[in-house]
Amino acid sequence: MMNNNMQNRAMRDVFIETIYNRMSADESIFFLTADFGSPYLDQIRKDFSDRFINVGIAEQNLVNVATGLALENCVVYAYAIAPFLTMRAYEQIRTNLAISSQVRPLNVNLVGVGAGFSYGLSGPTHHCYEDLTIMRLLPNMVLFSPSDWKLAEGFVDYSTKVNKPKYIRFDGKAMPPIYDIVDDELLSRGFCELVSGRKVCIVSTGYMTHKALEVAKGLKDVGVVDVFMLQTLCEEGLLRVLKKYELIVTVEEAFVGKGGLDSLVAGLLRKNDLNIRMESLGIGERYVFELGPREHLHEINHIDCESIASTIRRHMM
Amino acid sequence: MTDFNLLAEKAKWIRRKTLEVHQIAPETRVASSLSCVEIFAVLYYGQILKYNSKDIFWSDRDRVIISKGHGAISLYPVLADLGFFEMGELDRVCKKDSFLGAIPDVIIPGFETTNGSLGNGLGVACGMALALKRRKRNEKVFVMLGDGELNEGAVWEALMFAGEHNLSNLIAIVDHNKIAMLDYCENIIDMRPLERKFEVFNWNVEKADGHDIRQLHSVFEGFLEQNNDSPKMLIADTVKGKGVPSLEGDSLCHIRSLDANAMISAINGL
Repeated sequence: MMNNNMQNRAMRDVFIETIYNRMSADESIFFLTADFGSPYLDQIRKDFSDRFINVGIAEQNLVNVATGLALENCVVYAYAIAPFLTMRAYEQIRTNLAISSQVRPLNVNLVGVGAGFSYGLSGPTHHCYEDLTIMRLLPNMVLFSPSDWKLAEGFVDYSTKVNKPKYIRFDGKAMPPIYDIVDDELLSRGFCELVSGRKVCIVSTGYMTHKALEVAKGLKDVGVVDVFMLQTLCEEGLLRVLKKYELIVTVEEAFVGKGGLDSLVAGLLRKNDLNIRMESLGIGERYVFELGPREHLHEINHIDCESIASTIRRHMM
Repeated sequence: MTDFNLLAEKAKWIRRKTLEVHQIAPETRVASSLSCVEIFAVLYYGQILKYNSKDIFWSDRDRVIISKGHGAISLYPVLADLGFFEMGELDRVCKKDSFLGAIPDVIIPGFETTNGSLGNGLGVACGMALALKRRKRNEKVFVMLGDGELNEGAVWEALMFAGEHNLSNLIAIVDHNKIAMLDYCENIIDMRPLERKFEVFNWNVEKADGHDIRQLHSVFEGFLEQNNDSPKMLIADTVKGKGVPSLEGDSLCHIRSLDANAMISAINGL
């Protein structure tokens, strides 16, 4: 699974670059932004000016205009900062995407940048720890939370083919790749056991998968499962993997116990009467005004590598 | 030639059927549905709209979005009459297994979108108009708004957008019946002069008596003939509860239902 090309790249850059490469051949693709940029976006703006639209700082209209384009069979990417895309325009997403798409297929791809603490220094308005929960709440949506730029790259063709509304949760930071080959089979499955362990398994999503891999390196027999589809994943497959463990530790840059990754895993175990011990790490019941590097914000919330490792050690002794 | 007598007859029939639907389903918003009867009559029977009830997603159709969804029960009889669904469905509004609810949804043939949430129709219409324009298609996008709905911020995001992007294939109609749920609109947020608000955002605004079929027809024809870059807006001066004296002029008529006796006198009074 590990890649030789270890170049650090931001998910959104690779994603937008790949979309750019598809836009000549596929004239149905529109790229909308709520005045939010990326170096690669300038290229789309320049070469596809009739299908690049900056709606202004107006997330509600971003989603509404995207809906109208999709009703006319366009493939639409609607790009904004994650918390504002999901929370300012939540009702538009619910009404026009989740509700309407149950009757009329709509290919709207909401591309939110700034998962978790990506914008750590900008304070709680720009942190995003609610989106996994609130987007998972909506039926008929695909929820994609990739851990690396390879997944982001591979998701572009998948997103044009799967005629459904989707929420894509990108981290803001450039990171090394985790995956090598990303195909439809992997994307439909929605998760990957990156490290096979024996007793303990860390289940994580997004940025935290990099931390999970770090923790697993320092401990013996600890497995890592990366879940990147939080709505449309192969539950039986995930269950088969989780069954072999005695302890599952979920880790996410999201509020804990509120319906995110931990709830997904807990629900799966409960539904199948599996009595596996589970520990959930995530953001506690408060907003984070503290400043400092991302690691510091993780320490405050006990989701740093040492906290994850000590949680595992505590349970395994 | 437009047969204005026919349009007048149709309007009268729509109003009567709307009251009958309300009789079957008191949950429907009758006053709000009565103010836009003539607008629907002119659009659907006056050769303004292109539609095909046998092929509801016909690519040459004009798109219609009813953003003030609750106030469009009067469109049910029109769509039934034109064959979008069986006339018998009107007897089952809000009943078990009917697809005609108190607020029209995307499941109803003839409705493009989900309409229960105010403020979103214009933005969606902008997206449709933009797609059609980029493909150099001639179809128009009509969107019906309520005046109370204009308090929604998303409406203004879309108004600015349409003007900026020269969506000349977009025709918005404000059913200006002057009453929201709890009060007269001007007592809530006084938006007068309304037309100026739209004009400064590059909209081509016309005003008409929303119950005068000839005036409405002339404005719509004018819009269709215009060859400019502006989105079009009709402010239709209407009366909420039009045709039912006990509703007209009642600032709380939005939430009024007519009881059996009131209904009989309303229908007889038309």
